[in-house]
Amino acid sequence: MESLYAITTGVLTACGLYLTLRGRTFPVVVGLTLLSYAVNLFLFSMGGLTTGGAAIIDGQSHFADPLPQALVLTAIVIGFAMTAFVVILAMRARSELGNDHVDGRKREEPHR
Amino acid sequence: MMQHLIVLPVVLPLVVGLILLRTRHGAMRTHRTVGVAATALLVVVAMVMLARAAGGEVTYYALGGWQPPFGIVLVLDRLSALMIMVTSVLALGCVIFACAGDDERGSNFHGLFQLQLVGINGAFLTGDLFNLFVFFEVLLLASYALLIHGGGKSRIQSAVHYVVLNLVGSSLFLISVGVLYGATGTLNMADMAVRLAELPAEHRGLVTAGGLMLLVVFGLKAAILPLYFWLPRAYAAAPAPVAALFAIMTKVGIYAILRVYSLIFGEQAGVLEALERPWVWWLSLATMVIAGIGVLAARDLRLMVAYLVVISVGTLLAGIGMGSPEAVSALLFYLVHSTLITGALFLLAEMIGLQRGKAGTRLVKGRPLRDGRLLAGLFFVGAIAVAGLPPLSGAIGKALLLDAAAPWQQPWLWPILLGTGLVTLVALSRAGSTLFWRSHDGEAGGEALLRSRWLGVGWLLAASPLLVALAGPVSDYTRATADQLADPNGLVRAVLSDVGESP
Repeated sequence: MESLYAITTGVLTACGLYLTLRGRTFPVVVGLTLLSYAVNLFLFSMGGLTTGGAAIIDGQSHFADPLPQALVLTAIVIGFAMTAFVVILAMRARSELGNDHVDGRKREEPHR
Repeated sequence: MMQHLIVLPVVLPLVVGLILLRTRHGAMRTHRTVGVAATALLVVVAMVMLARAAGGEVTYYALGGWQPPFGIVLVLDRLSALMIMVTSVLALGCVIFACAGDDERGSNFHGLFQLQLVGINGAFLTGDLFNLFVFFEVLLLASYALLIHGGGKSRIQSAVHYVVLNLVGSSLFLISVGVLYGATGTLNMADMAVRLAELPAEHRGLVTAGGLMLLVVFGLKAAILPLYFWLPRAYAAAPAPVAALFAIMTKVGIYAILRVYSLIFGEQAGVLEALERPWVWWLSLATMVIAGIGVLAARDLRLMVAYLVVISVGTLLAGIGMGSPEAVSALLFYLVHSTLITGALFLLAEMIGLQRGKAGTRLVKGRPLRDGRLLAGLFFVGAIAVAGLPPLSGAIGKALLLDAAAPWQQPWLWPILLGTGLVTLVALSRAGSTLFWRSHDGEAGGEALLRSRWLGVGWLLAASPLLVALAGPVSDYTRATADQLADPNGLVRAVLSDVGESP
C-alpha cells in the first residue's frame, strides 16, 4: 500500500507542477488544485500509514495518528478558499487584460 | 487581563476587522475612526508587551488551555515583542495615510487592513510550526485582497503572479511541515528543538530536506535572490498605504528564518546546526548586488523603492548569514530602521505622484510641484536615511553590521554593502533632481495634499531621527534579543516547563 500511496502522491505532484508552469491561467489553476491534493495526501501520510488501527485511542496500542487528520482538514479548508480566490482572480485578469495569459499578453505580440 | 496580553495583538485586530467587514456599508468616517483607533491601541499594546519582554522573561499563552507541546502556544520573547512594535508603528502610519482617500477606491479597506495585521502579528507570536503556516495564509489572503484594492490592469496582473507563487509556496510549506513532523513527531517548535537533539541518524536526511525546504518558503516571503522577481512589480503596483505595510511582509520571512533556524536548528541539533547559514550568506550577497542594479535601472520612483526593499532584505539576510550574536543584534537594529523608512518612502512616492499629475512617479520631466519644497525636504531625509548616510539611523545600522563581520566575511560584505549604499545614493539623487528640479515652466498644479498624508509620512520618517536619539537603548535591546536567540534553551525551558516528562 505504501508504494501505491507514494506513487499516487508523486504523480499528482508532478502533474500539478507541470500544469502550474503553463502559460495560461486555466491550466495554472488546475495545476495548483492538483498540487494541493498532492500536499493533502502527503500531509495525511506524515504520521505514517496505519491500516485497521483505532481512530480514537481507547487503550489499544495500535491506533492511527490523529494529528495529521486534523491538519489535513485545516489544509483542505485553506486550500479550498485559496482556489476559490485564484479562480475569481483569473477571471478578473481575463476580463481586465483581455486575454488569459499569466503574463497578461499573448506571446505573438512584440515586447514593448 | 495581564495574562491575556499575549493574545491581544491577534484578537484585537481580528474583532475590529470582523466588525468593520460586517458593517461595510456604514459611513466611511466611522470606519476610519475605528481603524485608526484600533491601530493606535495596538501600538499601546505593543509597548506594554515590549516593556514586559525587555526583562528577558519568556512567557507563553496556551490557546484554549491546552498545554504545550500538545496545544498551540503563542510565545512572547524579546524578538516577537520587537517585531510587533515595528508592525504596529508602521501600520499606524499607513492607516492614517490611507484616510486621505486611498481607502475609498475599493471596498473594505479598513477591515482587510486589520485582518492583515492579525496574520502578521500571529506569525510573529506563534510557537507552533503549523500555526505559523495558518497565520501566513491569513496574512497572505488579506494581502491578496489589499494588493488589488482599487483594481486596475497592473495591479491585477502583478496579483496573478503574486497569488500563484505564494500558493506554490504554501504547498511547499505544508510538505516541509509534514516531513519535519514525520521525522520528529511534534509541531511545537520548542519541542521539536528538544527532539532534534536525540534524532536517530536515519532521520537526519529527512530533517535536512524539510529544513531546507522551509528555507525556500521563507526565502520566497523574504524575497531572496532567485525568489524575489514577484516583489518589485507587486509592490510598485499596490496602493501606497498597502505597499508601505508590505514593507513588513518581507520581514515576516526574515523573522521566520531567524526564529526557526535559531530555535529548532540551534546548537543542540548537532550536525544539523545552522544548516541554512551558507545558503543565506551567499544568496544575500547576490541579492544585494542584483537589487542594486535594479535600483539603478528603475525608471519609476515606486519601482525604485521596491528595489530598495530588496536591498534591505539582502542586508538583513547577510546578518543572519554571519550568524554571530553581534550580527543578529545589528540586523535587528537595521530591520527596525529599514522597515519604517522604506514604508515612508512608498507613502512619499504616492504624494509626489499625486502632485505631478500625468507624469506620476515616472522619472521624467513633469510639471512643478505645488508643495515642492516640503516634499523635497522629506524626500531628502528619507533618501539619506535609506542610503545609510550619517547622521540618520541607516548609518548606525550599517556601521553595526560592518563591525559585526568576522575577518573572513569582511572582504565580501564590506564592498557589497558599501557599494549598494553608493548605488542607492546615486539613484536617489538622480531621481530627486529629476522630480524636483527638472520641471517644465508654468503653474504648479496637482491636488492639495490632505493633512493626514503629511501626518502618516511624518510619523514614519520621524522614526529615523528618533532611532538615532535612542540608539543606545535600542541597540542594548537588540543585543539582548540576539543573546536570547543565541541561547534557545531559555525559551525551550519556559515553554515546556509545566510538562515534566515529555512522552
